[in-house]
Amino acid sequence: MKLSRHEVEAIAHLARLEISAEEVPVYVDNLSRIIDFVQQLERADTEGVTPMAHPLNMTQPLRDDVVTEPDQRALYQQNAQAVESGLYLVPRVIE
Amino acid sequence: MHGMTLAGIARALRAREFSSEELVRHLLARIERLDPELNAFITVTGDAALDAARAADAARTDGGGPLAGVPIAHKDIFCTAGVKTSCGSRMLDNFVSPYDATVVERLRDAGTIMLGKTNMDEFAMGSSNETSFYGPVRNPWDLGRVPGGSSGGSAAAVAARLVPAATGTDTGGSIRQPAALAGITGIKPTYGRVSRYGMIAFASSLDQAGVLTQTAEDAALLLTAMSGHDPRDSTSVDAPVPDYAAGLDATLEGLRIGVVEEFMDEGLDPANAAAIEAALRVLEGLGAVVRRVSLPSIGLSVPAYYVVAPAECSSNLSRFDGARFGYRAAQPRDLEDLYKRSRGEGFGAEVKRRIMTGTYVLSAGYYDAYYLKAQRVRQLIAADFRCAFEAVDIIVGPTSPTPAFELGAKVDDPVTMYLNDIYTIGVNLAGLPGLSAPCGFVDGLPVGLQIVGRAFEEGRILNVAHRFQQETDWHARAPGGAFA
Amino acid sequence: MEWETVIGLEIHAQLATQSKIFSGAATAYGAAPNSQACLVDLGYPGVLPVLNVGVVRMAVAFGLATGATIAPRSVFARKNYFYPDLPKGYQISQYELPVVHDGRIELRLDDGSRKTIGITRAHLEEDAGKSLHEDFHGQSGIDLNRAGTPLLEIVSEPDLRSAREAVAYMKAIHQLVRYLGICDGNMQEGSFRCDANISVRPFGRHKFGTRAEIKNLNSFRFVERAILFEVERQIDILESGGSVVQETRLYDPDKDETRPMRSKEEANDYRYFPDPDLLPLEIGHELVDEVRAGLPELPWHKRDRFMDAYGLSEYDAGVLSVGRAVADYFETVAAGLADKKLAANWVMGELAGALNKAGLDISASPIRADALLSLLRRVEDETISGKIAKEVFEAMWAGEGEADAVIEARGLKQITDTGSVEAVVREVIAANPQQLEQYRAGKDKLFGFFVGQVMKATGGKANPALVNELLKKLLAG
Repeated sequence: MKLSRHEVEAIAHLARLEISAEEVPVYVDNLSRIIDFVQQLERADTEGVTPMAHPLNMTQPLRDDVVTEPDQRALYQQNAQAVESGLYLVPRVIE
Repeated sequence: MHGMTLAGIARALRAREFSSEELVRHLLARIERLDPELNAFITVTGDAALDAARAADAARTDGGGPLAGVPIAHKDIFCTAGVKTSCGSRMLDNFVSPYDATVVERLRDAGTIMLGKTNMDEFAMGSSNETSFYGPVRNPWDLGRVPGGSSGGSAAAVAARLVPAATGTDTGGSIRQPAALAGITGIKPTYGRVSRYGMIAFASSLDQAGVLTQTAEDAALLLTAMSGHDPRDSTSVDAPVPDYAAGLDATLEGLRIGVVEEFMDEGLDPANAAAIEAALRVLEGLGAVVRRVSLPSIGLSVPAYYVVAPAECSSNLSRFDGARFGYRAAQPRDLEDLYKRSRGEGFGAEVKRRIMTGTYVLSAGYYDAYYLKAQRVRQLIAADFRCAFEAVDIIVGPTSPTPAFELGAKVDDPVTMYLNDIYTIGVNLAGLPGLSAPCGFVDGLPVGLQIVGRAFEEGRILNVAHRFQQETDWHARAPGGAFA
Repeated sequence: MEWETVIGLEIHAQLATQSKIFSGAATAYGAAPNSQACLVDLGYPGVLPVLNVGVVRMAVAFGLATGATIAPRSVFARKNYFYPDLPKGYQISQYELPVVHDGRIELRLDDGSRKTIGITRAHLEEDAGKSLHEDFHGQSGIDLNRAGTPLLEIVSEPDLRSAREAVAYMKAIHQLVRYLGICDGNMQEGSFRCDANISVRPFGRHKFGTRAEIKNLNSFRFVERAILFEVERQIDILESGGSVVQETRLYDPDKDETRPMRSKEEANDYRYFPDPDLLPLEIGHELVDEVRAGLPELPWHKRDRFMDAYGLSEYDAGVLSVGRAVADYFETVAAGLADKKLAANWVMGELAGALNKAGLDISASPIRADALLSLLRRVEDETISGKIAKEVFEAMWAGEGEADAVIEARGLKQITDTGSVEAVVREVIAANPQQLEQYRAGKDKLFGFFVGQVMKATGGKANPALVNELLKKLLAG
């Protein structure tokens, strides 16, 4: 199944990935091959079969409502690319 | 010293045949000399290792745990506090983790000493360790060939005896397949057995931490220390951890072994098949009985995986956006540019392919046809295994369709690469434990035997591998030449 | 053309837990930026969410209070989109299987009518952080303290038909979540936020019109104004032959208008799927029973009980049960008095007036319930008159002491001794011969004059009934 160029560009946008004009045809080709490959799933008879979200047959454990995390901002912000007054800086957000 | 197993090292340290510090120095020197050929390490933590070794020696009493003072390496997917954690990606090239993964904590508490962080396919996506930002890893058995992936660095390091053991992760075969291609032992436990906290996520419902070692016994020692409930991981199972080393010598008399008929047909290289058959004869000699079983839906395991894993990873990798840590593109024009260029430049091609595949299969209009469909097929595959395990106790077969292939041989068509995991992937989809143990050579390249068990029967598959390793010496073979 | 307004409200109530929904970081308001954002909240590599039991209890409480179904099994899903205040690039929410669904709440409107509004669902999700746009050299500053705070998103059926009903519904939910103790309802701080989905259709038409969503309305007044504007806007468009665009809009209180939101223009494909880091939430009977046993008396039950037990009007009962603090205060006072209306009048009157003037909440009242009770006991036992009681109240408010101490210190005890009052009455009559003659000649109105003079002479302390009785007798001659 061949994806269109437009579809690939739309997906790249949804995923916030920049791909250059030269790369687009390569991704169109690769993604088309992959989707073609997974298309085989169609032939499986899955009537009445529940989707398996997890191999575990378990339910969500609950934790007590207590504060366990101290303020470690200085440590965590060591990896930040741009910080000022404790805030993470990013290009202006327009609302 | 470097040819010794973990168990052997532990005994020698207890008997004071040599000190931790001596051993660590020896291995660090080996790494410095030999790793440039392999590129198995991204970071070597020499000073910290020596400090830890000295401390271990000073604290040594005649007791000490089984792993006290023993050196290992960690796949660079595990967060290590104060140490670079790159996940094989430019996206995290500048990232120093502020915390330790649970696996790292537990192995350190058990006394192990980290020598460094090993190379891997970028974000664990790959079967050849060719997608790493830090360059490919080479197989010490043949430097022109791949060691397998994604835990290729760990596999090469252990095979070349740069380190006696290393941690790895396995989402579709990323411990077992490199173990097979590098002639060593590797185990992926049952999903939920080992905590995923601190293990950078690829596909959350498939990822599991495990180890690559020279022997099943070594794997048992490490697995016992690593396993167990972690309240920080909602998907970790609250069940007791047995001493996996305790049952290693149990008899195989009456053990029922299943061979998957769908796997033993065409597609399996005859020399490979012969090595598997020979291994089965050894196991029969130990009292096991072999019969064929069928996993009717297993042929859909690779397509199902390549819907589920990319879907989960497309979401898991959204946090890498250049905003709070990691790679940021230079001078972003605006927010969109920050995201698109940081991610476009920070991620390699395979990662981007999988993110886009995942985004596609989750998108409006396709969710039912792909994602839900794949999860239903997953249910069928799990049911096939359950059914088979009523008739047999373990399933044995090849780990990889071919031995190590040449670097660059499979990079053109992504799907060709994906088919390397044909025997391993179903095990992840079903969440079962699986290991690979060396069982022969084809044209001088190692071949692996895969042993799969029921959920939480790691002890049994380790027992089988251990008994096999008592009857054979494939696991003791190491690449010669420069690596001797 | 007769137009019908159709409104559905989505309310985001921040749940009042100590720690966040999926991490152990604190949720307290007003902390220094990013000092309450742990690795899980920051979306760091390798970390994982674990669910807070307090959040589950609060959702169950809401479900029970609204007669809803508590889902025995509910699932957390990821809502995927990119935004700087969303560190993981997805929000953990609930999609197909919410924790609570199919509830209802009854509104009692100002005109006395009643209307039941359906609550489609209430689901759990995590809040995002905040973007600060004060200029950081052309950049925005992101504070992730709020990221991971638990939210209960309450979605109404599109049953509301006017701005008035919408405000009544929002107030009813606001009251309920505060009663349950699950949300502090502080709209200024953003713990209670409302989005309105508004459309119009010709009366009698079954099909819904295209709707617009107005986001982040954080006061009752704004909800009302926004709806009024939006309805007019849509009607204008439709009457001039156009069509309403389905879009997200913001309300501008300065201009009193709604306008489209720029950044969310493109329809987002959220690619919802069950979060693989979390397992299905199962809520069993024990938890539900525990929560049910711990529920406070609900506002409408309390209001009805006040009407029965204290003989109050529906309106008064509503005022006195508007919040648990007021209701508890009132009941403490009423419990000690035979005359329940006395308690009601004083709490709704003097006390409310003084609190409003000082801008205080009843929980910060300088006069506590037991102190007011002591004061009102003195009115009931006629130690002081109602009028004098007001003076005592003011003195107590200013911190002069308890009721008895003030009455004593200022000598305010009502004079009930017939002899002494009679003496004063006689003096007053003697001192005002002209008025006496005029009164006896038929000018009845002068009775009030004599009452005033006696009160003045006794510093207001003479028992009014006694004064009346004596004056009647002595003026008659």
